[in-house]
Amino acid sequence: MSRALIVHRAGPALTLQDEGRPGWIAYGLSRGGAMDRLALAEGAALLGGKRGVALEMAGVGGLFEASEEMRIALTGAPMRATLDGQPLLWQAAHLLPAGAQLEIGPATSGAYGYLHVGGGFAEPAILGAQSAHLTAGLGAPVTAGTRLAVGPDKGGETARKLPVADRFSGGVLRVVESLQTGLFPEEQRRRFGEEAFVRDMRANRMGVKLTPEGAGYGVEGGLSVVSEVIAPGDIQVTGDGAPFVLMADCQTTGGYPRLATVIPADLPRVAQAPAGARLSFRWISLDAALEAEAAYRKEIAELPRRVEPLIRDPADVPDLLSHKLVSGFSSGDHHDH
Amino acid sequence: MALDAAGFPVIRTVGVDGMLVSFGDRLSETANRAALAFRAEVEREGWDGVEESASSLVSCYLRFDPLYLRHAALEAKLRELIDSRDWMQAALPQGRRLHRIPTVYGGTLAPQFGEAAAAAGLSEAAARDSLSRTRVRVTALGFAPGQPYLGELPECWDIPRQQALTPRVPIGALVLAIRQFVLFTVQAQTGWRHVGQTAVRLVRLGEERPFLLAPGDEVEFPAVSEEVFARMQDDAEGGASWEALA
Repeated sequence: MSRALIVHRAGPALTLQDEGRPGWIAYGLSRGGAMDRLALAEGAALLGGKRGVALEMAGVGGLFEASEEMRIALTGAPMRATLDGQPLLWQAAHLLPAGAQLEIGPATSGAYGYLHVGGGFAEPAILGAQSAHLTAGLGAPVTAGTRLAVGPDKGGETARKLPVADRFSGGVLRVVESLQTGLFPEEQRRRFGEEAFVRDMRANRMGVKLTPEGAGYGVEGGLSVVSEVIAPGDIQVTGDGAPFVLMADCQTTGGYPRLATVIPADLPRVAQAPAGARLSFRWISLDAALEAEAAYRKEIAELPRRVEPLIRDPADVPDLLSHKLVSGFSSGDHHDH
Repeated sequence: MALDAAGFPVIRTVGVDGMLVSFGDRLSETANRAALAFRAEVEREGWDGVEESASSLVSCYLRFDPLYLRHAALEAKLRELIDSRDWMQAALPQGRRLHRIPTVYGGTLAPQFGEAAAAAGLSEAAARDSLSRTRVRVTALGFAPGQPYLGELPECWDIPRQQALTPRVPIGALVLAIRQFVLFTVQAQTGWRHVGQTAVRLVRLGEERPFLLAPGDEVEFPAVSEEVFARMQDDAEGGASWEALA
């Protein structure tokens, strides 16, 4: 039998995700790819090698088994994970023996967890990528009974962890002005950078809706601007006045006015904000956004150097505590550094 | 070139890594032609640091690496290209195709044809003749991958969208409003009127050209009978054919 990860049980929204399909905007296909790109980079740092394709798990994971021994890494939103019943640390790489049961439960904070395998998933590519882009009709969700092909692994370390900063509970999002910012009244632009928002229940791979504390947002004279290109991070305002941050699987063009654009470095924070999380926006200049972009790329480039050996330290088994002893206490807090 | 009263073309940023050159603030034949011609020239230039370009209804979009190619440097290149000619008079780019996509107008396959003809003030025969003979341009693709907006139809077809939405039109549905067609690649809800039905496959994943239509291509929708349509459904091309435009 070929090398595979067997999916015995699957949460409702499991898909393979990579860096998506750049280059097809002219044909109406948005790039797509992982909601939390930083989590992809963290998986690559933990396993060594290039950023590849991971299993993206929205909200909850599933029950998995390896057809033969393989290395795995767990990144993104911390989820309750066990290996044959023993708690597994998140933001870490582990060895998954053949036949062992890897159970990944609900996220304890954040929204999207990622399961990486040494050698990477090796399912057929569509237009050059394994990413499912469901709104575009490309690929399909990963469901129970699936055997996901896994590529050959050159091998490497396991029992490694990667301390990450908390991006799983909302926070401040830096935004720049975009195409249609000037259409919005000055009062709204100012208020947008000052008030707090709550992440609505409505969120998926296309976008994340935010409910303002105060009055809704909108453009005088209706909503008919000529359809224009959309970039992930664009904040669209539809008829109900609530800002909607457009994400990986957004459409390529849209006719609703857009108030601002979240910078790429802060998109993982948007993706990972769970329902009910508080978010706010801070206007920054384009120059400041470019500095932030440079810092973000540097942070990604330095990830491999931040990987540490995993020792049997009590601090490394927080899930044991949260499982058995403490309720209302997020094991994700242990990953704040 | 002399900028018109509204100040077009304008250059604006899109997020942190995009720039947009717009030739108008509403759809027109000239603005769309300018956008197509300008984008073809951007592709031909192949500037280092530009990662992708696309044309939309009235604009050319560039995605670039802003740490490699600074905004000011790209803007200067774009200004120079803008100033090099009158884009509103530019010819359409080379390498485009003319597609012929046989279409059934009216009947049970396209139930809103009669209503649309009445809204245009035409008899059904005259409406079928008008839509069959008009050659339209792919002004943009969007909403779903490979799905074209096509225009511009004769003035009589400046009919509004419906008040109520049609809950579902099938793949291959040709719908019409405000002097434009959309040819659906997915089943969808729409406020546009379902005037024709085609059997064409616009999305061909795995083939060298995965999307049949490209921005700037031209399309004719000649009328065929339901009998001919039934036979075309077994054809891999759905009866459609194309030739290179000179």
